Amino acid sequence: MKSIKQLLGGDTRQYGMVVALIALIAFFQIKTDGKVLTSTNAINVINGNAYVFIIAIGMVMVIVIGQIDLAVGSVAAVVAYVVALSIRDWGVPWWVGVLLGLLTGMIIGAWQGFWLAYVGIAGFITTLAGQMLFRGIQQYIGKATATPVPKEVKYLGSGVLPQWGPDTGLNNSTLLLGVLAVAFVVWVEIRKRNKLRKLNASVPPIYLPVIRIVILAALIGYATYLFGSGSTAAGESLSFPVAGVIVAVLVIVYHFITQRTPIGRAVYAVGGNKIAAGLTGINVRRTYFLTMANVSFLAAIAGVVGVGRSGAAGGTDGTNWELDAITAVFIGGAAVSGGIGTVMGTVVGGLVMAFLNNGLNLIGAGADITKITKGLVLLAAVAFDVYNKSQNKPSITGALARGLHISRGKKSDGPAGPSEVVTPDPAGTASK
Amino acid sequence: MTENHVPLEKHHVILEMRSITKEFPGVKALDKVTLKVRAGEVHAICGENGAGKSTLMKVLSGVYPHGSYDGQIFFQGEEVKFNTIRASEKAGIAIIHQELALIPELSITENIYLGNEVKSRGLIDWSQAGRLATDLLARVGLDIDPQTPIKNLGVGQQQLVEIARALSKDVKLLVLDEPTSALNEEDSAHLLDLLRGLRSKGLTSIMISHKLNEVAAISDSITIIRDGATVESFEVVDGNVDQDRIIRSMVGRSLDSRFPDHTPKIGEAFFEVRNWTVAHPTIPDRLTSKGSNFFVRHGEIVGFAGLMGAGRTELARSIFGRTYGRYIDGELLIDGKSVHLPTVSSAIAHGLAYVPEDRKVLGLNLLDDIKTTIVSADLGRISKHNVIDRDQEYSAAEGYRKSLRIKANSVDVGVNTLSGGNQQKVVLAKWMFTQPELMILDEPTRGIDVGAKYEIYGLVQQLADQGKGVVVISSELPELLGLCDRIYTIFEGRITGVFDKADASQEKLMARMTETVSATTL
Repeated sequence: MKSIKQLLGGDTRQYGMVVALIALIAFFQIKTDGKVLTSTNAINVINGNAYVFIIAIGMVMVIVIGQIDLAVGSVAAVVAYVVALSIRDWGVPWWVGVLLGLLTGMIIGAWQGFWLAYVGIAGFITTLAGQMLFRGIQQYIGKATATPVPKEVKYLGSGVLPQWGPDTGLNNSTLLLGVLAVAFVVWVEIRKRNKLRKLNASVPPIYLPVIRIVILAALIGYATYLFGSGSTAAGESLSFPVAGVIVAVLVIVYHFITQRTPIGRAVYAVGGNKIAAGLTGINVRRTYFLTMANVSFLAAIAGVVGVGRSGAAGGTDGTNWELDAITAVFIGGAAVSGGIGTVMGTVVGGLVMAFLNNGLNLIGAGADITKITKGLVLLAAVAFDVYNKSQNKPSITGALARGLHISRGKKSDGPAGPSEVVTPDPAGTASK
Repeated sequence: MTENHVPLEKHHVILEMRSITKEFPGVKALDKVTLKVRAGEVHAICGENGAGKSTLMKVLSGVYPHGSYDGQIFFQGEEVKFNTIRASEKAGIAIIHQELALIPELSITENIYLGNEVKSRGLIDWSQAGRLATDLLARVGLDIDPQTPIKNLGVGQQQLVEIARALSKDVKLLVLDEPTSALNEEDSAHLLDLLRGLRSKGLTSIMISHKLNEVAAISDSITIIRDGATVESFEVVDGNVDQDRIIRSMVGRSLDSRFPDHTPKIGEAFFEVRNWTVAHPTIPDRLTSKGSNFFVRHGEIVGFAGLMGAGRTELARSIFGRTYGRYIDGELLIDGKSVHLPTVSSAIAHGLAYVPEDRKVLGLNLLDDIKTTIVSADLGRISKHNVIDRDQEYSAAEGYRKSLRIKANSVDVGVNTLSGGNQQKVVLAKWMFTQPELMILDEPTRGIDVGAKYEIYGLVQQLADQGKGVVVISSELPELLGLCDRIYTIFEGRITGVFDKADASQEKLMARMTETVSATTL
């Protein structure tokens, strides 16, 4: 047991939700005779849920500060029309249209943040109002008519990375991503060992990191094969989806921001105890403002990816997107009362919902059964959390979230920096 | 075991906890603890924070249900096996926790009968409940309309409502956990009187307290717990209690003095407040600070004495980044230069630190771990290009854990798992980390035990010896007299006096704390 712990490099409980996810995928893989893990289906799952992940990344921060955003779906819908209409009617290049869309998201975000941070209206109310307001604006500017977007925008939402170079039997873009990911894993392990040596801590036996690398590399290799080996009916090579790359980049960036920067710490501090945060020198209003503004910005990105996937802006864009994102956040271990929740936990929560949807779809379950199942899964996941907490055990989803959060000091998954060891001066002799 | 405590056997024992052992994963919180309480006495339980007092009371009240601990509990001669708090309440045991459990928006009557409503034909009979509440309030000596919402009451009055609530349930054994820790002297005295009165009517109570003078004043017998085990249990004869004996048993060592020896090295004045005038945040014509003038010298520990509501905390917070009230007038000078500190971050940047009075509400994010908390007020110190260096964070926090002797296995431990004294050390470390020149400590030892207090006093003296200025706000006059080099008194927002350590006494301070005297000594 101890060696398993050492192998996983942390509290084994925090992997509970990951185990649940793997079990879920395995269940549907068997049930559907292998239809889940195919190139086309995997690409579908990623593309079809990219918007959930993108919004949920911002939503988890909003929920951590103890607020909620109900307007993100409407914001995405407005942005979809801004992109589609500006390109079609104003004749701007596609990328200008996309930038206009993102700018719209930022302006809306500033609006939402203003009412919470500087007027003091709860996020639930400002964004409930925003949900109606921006849905109305979307209907006003869009007239509910389908407005197509050019192929470049479609590429962002439904394209895959291109094939190039020598014939390796796989898609070379995907292969490159896979190689980079493995290299990253190896580098992290080496850096961790070096750091332990430097701190004169006991260095675990070499086979542990090796096994860890082998397992992770095997997973990455499998994913590379899964995404890179398929081809369309027309014989074109399939690859990792563009929307997947966007999601991955955002996840890495926001994981880093939330875990490694002062603004990230401010988000958790305000969510945990805003009075104490204020007395610690954190600008609570600014933190509120930025967090609310940020989720609207991410909703705008989701709007662009969403309109790219559907090919045209339409009247029902973004319907219930806020609920999908909120579900992912809570399955990912966030607390309604704020202060708890992580980007990584949310990603796992989003994956659980994505594969659940997909698996049920593949076994031919109707919308009714799918909804019933999703509702029960959300309840079960959170109930399990609550039960564990009441038993004074660290919860699985919570530990997943907190575990990743807590292990900030132990894991070394960030870029190398000079790790100068400061010897603090307990009573502050060193004057400034 | 029993033969050691023959005197206790002579009387009717209402409660006996026999060989209680309670384990948490990896920790033995209670190890064969024994407790015997006689009917009609006030029984004090003393012990350092983390000694296991609260755990013992949770076992007693059924928070930890029967079966989750080893040992037996006998109440009124029968073995009891409580599975819920309700079960223990039904048997007549009521616990009043340190954190009051009243609902601020509801009235006194509603709170007293919450979950225990006075019913008549299935509906709540509010008029009857109101009459009963009035009687109960009279029994606890609270002359106030039972319709009053709890939020309008002071802490001391709320405590009395809690006791009234317990009395309404026909309580046989009343347990008070640190009942006076949030009360001023007057309210504390009133509470002790009430307990005496209830005792004379036959009520048995258990009082957990850190305040040894109160323990001495009221208890009939005392049980001391240390590190999860009963150290000793003895009767108080003729009100004579050897406080040193209690301290020795609690900490397992003798404390020669409650304060470490200290020779101050006082330098020049560097921090000065002139004509500081601040209004209440919502009531414009009420001034919480009326033209206050004071200064702090390098290496000096300056005390602020005042009754609750005198405006000590308000003064400190209005100076610390204007976190309280509306600024009207006045000037702050550091090293003779006027400074403008409109925000907390500007105050920190100018070398100020403020350790608030209520660490759980104002000082800590209880979801955080030790290391995140310690670095939280000065992330810049461990960041490069706005990226936190977690190795520096870890080693900085680890340094404080060792030097301040914070009892935790590592700095990855959540602050919510620490005892009050250790939480306070974490908050102190958080502010030491900002390398302040002036450290304002608001009730730095409230709710923490004797041993930890001693350590905190030592830390305060160390800070002063390094040339920092320290301001200590405290409701405990002996603490101010023992620790401070100079003490200001405040009454109704006005500084009414200042005393050097040599000529300060409780009587002199109290005289200035309770009446407006022009600040001629300034």
